Amino acid sequence: MKLPTNQLICLILILANFFSYLGAKELHRERSLYRNVIVTEKNKIRCMRFETRRKKISNQACINLKKPNKLVFEYTQSILAGLAYNPLPKNILIIGLGGGVLPQAFEKILPSAIITSVEIDPAVVSIAKKYFNYKENDRVKTSTQDGRVFVKRALRKKLSYDWIILDAFNGDYIPEHLLTVEFLQEVKNLLSDGGILSANTFSSSELYNYESVTYQAVFNQLHILHSPTKGNRIIFACNCKNFKIPSESTKKLAYQLESYGVELDYLVARISTEIDWDESVKPLTDQHSPANLLSR
Amino acid sequence: MKKPVILSLAFCAGFSIMCFELLGGRLLAPYFGSSVYVWGSIITVFMLALSIGYLSGGRYSMQKPNLFKYGGIFILSALSLMPTIFFSESIMGWVFDRIEDPRYGSLTASLFLFFLPTAIMGMIAPYSVRLLTQSKDSVGQTAGYLYFISTLGSAIGTIITSFYLVLWLEINQIFWLIFAMMFIAGLLANVAAMREKNEITN
Repeated sequence: MKLPTNQLICLILILANFFSYLGAKELHRERSLYRNVIVTEKNKIRCMRFETRRKKISNQACINLKKPNKLVFEYTQSILAGLAYNPLPKNILIIGLGGGVLPQAFEKILPSAIITSVEIDPAVVSIAKKYFNYKENDRVKTSTQDGRVFVKRALRKKLSYDWIILDAFNGDYIPEHLLTVEFLQEVKNLLSDGGILSANTFSSSELYNYESVTYQAVFNQLHILHSPTKGNRIIFACNCKNFKIPSESTKKLAYQLESYGVELDYLVARISTEIDWDESVKPLTDQHSPANLLSR
Repeated sequence: MKKPVILSLAFCAGFSIMCFELLGGRLLAPYFGSSVYVWGSIITVFMLALSIGYLSGGRYSMQKPNLFKYGGIFILSALSLMPTIFFSESIMGWVFDRIEDPRYGSLTASLFLFFLPTAIMGMIAPYSVRLLTQSKDSVGQTAGYLYFISTLGSAIGTIITSFYLVLWLEINQIFWLIFAMMFIAGLLANVAAMREKNEITN
């Protein structure tokens, strides 16, 4: 009898994957002010997750212990596509630290950039340091506070950033006060001339429309990168008149990003300016932002 | 006539207090975030305001209590919402510029925005007890029943605001809704008071 080898291998791989998923070992569990934060590990992939009652597990951050440079999540790879627009941002602001995967990548890729991360939950900061190799120094800084408060304060101090990355999530979705026209306007004001914004989103249903028009209301032109296989959508926008992401990047940058698992040219080619949402809905504002209710 | 009016008005007051408190979190978030201590500040100020309100409401009920004065408390509480409706942005901005620590910032802003209206609304419960009480023997039962109604109003105010009102309306529109409710409640108390007066004189 001839065995269908390919299918058999496939099946074994699928099963192995399935069981490995079930058997992730819990390394650490911490009750923070906001939630339970859990660190798990399996097959040298270490992840941070917020405990929720939902069945679907959603990890906040993962690292590959065997290949520490490689970015495990598609969405973090996708965010790096922003480098095609500006390969040398000097000041970077990240709202939502997670495991500190992005600041660590930026520290290595951009030798002179100053990277500030804002995280509301002190437990997340200490877990990032202890389990995800996140280290602070003159170029890598952390501020433990609410992202909105940081942005408002930074505006009053007349700070500005070349790249702002919005990646703040609670157990449900993006906190409501970080998904309004007023907040995004504050973020835009904090961008330097020609500065770029990258926001990680994964809304579906009704919220998708509201979220999109909210970004549109502030930035006009959006460039969207849907993750190749996951449900994430990265929104790119800029503080400039005509926003164009070059379709071809330099060979050097593409080569440099390969070790992070980022296929830059492939990702950049996926970026689209197509509007696939209902533009007739009203943008979310501080006065009206039932974001979490709309996502049901 | 008098009893159902007082009970339904006390229900409205309970409803408004919690509706107001819930919006407090929404109002402060753009300036002070949604950290645990922001809710801590809001709840502290509301509890403090209610305690002062109960104290002064009880005192006020010693001075010839009647339905006119009762309605006056409602109308006053509605009017005291005005600064919050019109000046919340500038008040929060002013505090934000002066206090760096978001704990004390949110506490100070809460005091300015929520203390006065909540304290006045707090006066309603003890005053209602005084108006409803008919004998010394039944005062416990009267108070129990009044708290049952007004706290039920609070529960319903909380759920309706957080589940539906924030979805349908803007925050300021909900503030106007509370204003209208308290103002109309105050007018109703006055109507009831006039009827009562007519009944006595006739």
